Amino acid sequence: MREIDLAIVGAGPAGLSAAIEAAKAGVEVVVFDENQKAGGQLFKQIHKFFGSKAHQAGVRGIDIANNLLEEVEKSGAEVLLDAVVWGTFKTDTLCVTQNGKNVMFRAKKILLATGATENVLAFPGWTLAGVMGAGAIQTMINVHRVLPGKRVLMIGSGNVGLIVSYQLLQAGAEVKAIVEALPTIGGYAVHASKITRCGVPILTSTTIKQAIGKEKVEKAVLIKLDKNLKQIEGTEQQLNVDVICLAIGLSPLSELAWMAGCEFADVQELGGFLPIHNDDMETTVSGIYVAGDIAGIEEASTAIEEGRLAGIAIAESLGFLNADEAKEKKRSILDRSEQLRAGPFGLSRRQAKEQLIRRSLK
Amino acid sequence: MTLINDGVFDNKELEKLPGVPSKKRLQKGPVVVIECAQKIPCNPCEEACHKKAIKIGDSIIDLPVLNSELCNGCGLCIASCPGQAIFVVDMTYSDTEAAVQLPFEFLPRPEQNEIVDGLNRSGQIVCDAKVLKVLNPKSFDRTAVITIAVPKKFGMEVRNIKLKNGRKNG
Repeated sequence: MREIDLAIVGAGPAGLSAAIEAAKAGVEVVVFDENQKAGGQLFKQIHKFFGSKAHQAGVRGIDIANNLLEEVEKSGAEVLLDAVVWGTFKTDTLCVTQNGKNVMFRAKKILLATGATENVLAFPGWTLAGVMGAGAIQTMINVHRVLPGKRVLMIGSGNVGLIVSYQLLQAGAEVKAIVEALPTIGGYAVHASKITRCGVPILTSTTIKQAIGKEKVEKAVLIKLDKNLKQIEGTEQQLNVDVICLAIGLSPLSELAWMAGCEFADVQELGGFLPIHNDDMETTVSGIYVAGDIAGIEEASTAIEEGRLAGIAIAESLGFLNADEAKEKKRSILDRSEQLRAGPFGLSRRQAKEQLIRRSLK
Repeated sequence: MTLINDGVFDNKELEKLPGVPSKKRLQKGPVVVIECAQKIPCNPCEEACHKKAIKIGDSIIDLPVLNSELCNGCGLCIASCPGQAIFVVDMTYSDTEAAVQLPFEFLPRPEQNEIVDGLNRSGQIVCDAKVLKVLNPKSFDRTAVITIAVPKKFGMEVRNIKLKNGRKNG
């Protein structure tokens, strides 16, 4: 069994940012990721990010990923790919299958930066080929450059639904409509306007009733919803589509935290059931930390800040940073995070985070 | 319908925005039109402006406020906007036409002097548009800025283009 200072599960924006901060302070870091390439979902994000210069605003996600990989390389942190972490034992041991072989790592600290999993929606016909998640579609069009179909119905008008619709148009597909169950669009209006000016209608108070097709999706039946989200019979309309894309939200991917015995809370504003953490990103199990979407569904820019925070807190607790150094670094990270969580879109997330942290102190 | 119901501004919503110049200013020559209506954390446009005509301030969720007297319509802010919400409109381009600069992230790009369809905010074709200029320097990072000429009455309506003759965007 190999013994290390810090094991990080997940080489997405949060995990890589934590690795960089901790390794720069002198911590021996190993990052595990089940994929063939590090960077998490960032390599699918071909759009320019929001924020300020300090958050790399205006830079495309794919370029932010490349910058992070370069920084990791320089920092001296080790990244193990094709490495599935399938268990945490005794709160300090990780079981990993790498390239088909089982290995164990004992770490003084563990950071879980496992990300999120997509929510699904069941409706008649949902098992037909052609019904797929927004993440899969992004992987196909932006990483592998394969179009999943020609005519797409998007379910969900959050930022993911809006962004992936635009990327489908860029890839050459036709987006027939975006439907949203609520009466208002969920994501940023600037993303919505980009799509409407391409002629794609966004239908609010509307959902999918059924997918029709023999072996694969051939048609979608839409239906209007009333204020109580009840279907209004007689308002059905059919669309000829061959892909139905689900973009109806994400949930924290938290099995490893559960296995380690972390205490959980159900926080709807942050995507549901997730491990409670304190202001250093440490869970209720001493030595186990979380950062990124596992600690609440937010933007990649926020995941980067949370990862940095966890990396610094861990370096401090291992004695690689003194309290004053750590305090100053944390302060500037918290300032940047606060900016990202400001405004009407961030408010509920900010309040939920504060509540979560207060809860950890009890 | 309104912006948050279907993603399309109505004119009243648009006129109220602090980033949209007055009708009077529009008649004086090229000026930026910032169609940014929600308090989201974002401020690259402020820094992109060499004339300091766009102000957001320390709280990066505040809406961009345009000082239209300082703006000369250079268009450097267009590609800086991650939301593709910035346009430049020149109502004085000719006796009958307005020039509109807009961000464009599709391939193939139009060519200079090509006639394309002019689309409004709902994506409906409202007129023909002549491509005056296609700018795509490295600093714009793959957001091309296209300048088109459209009939004057569509200067504040056309916000997208579509290639004709089966030349497909995408």
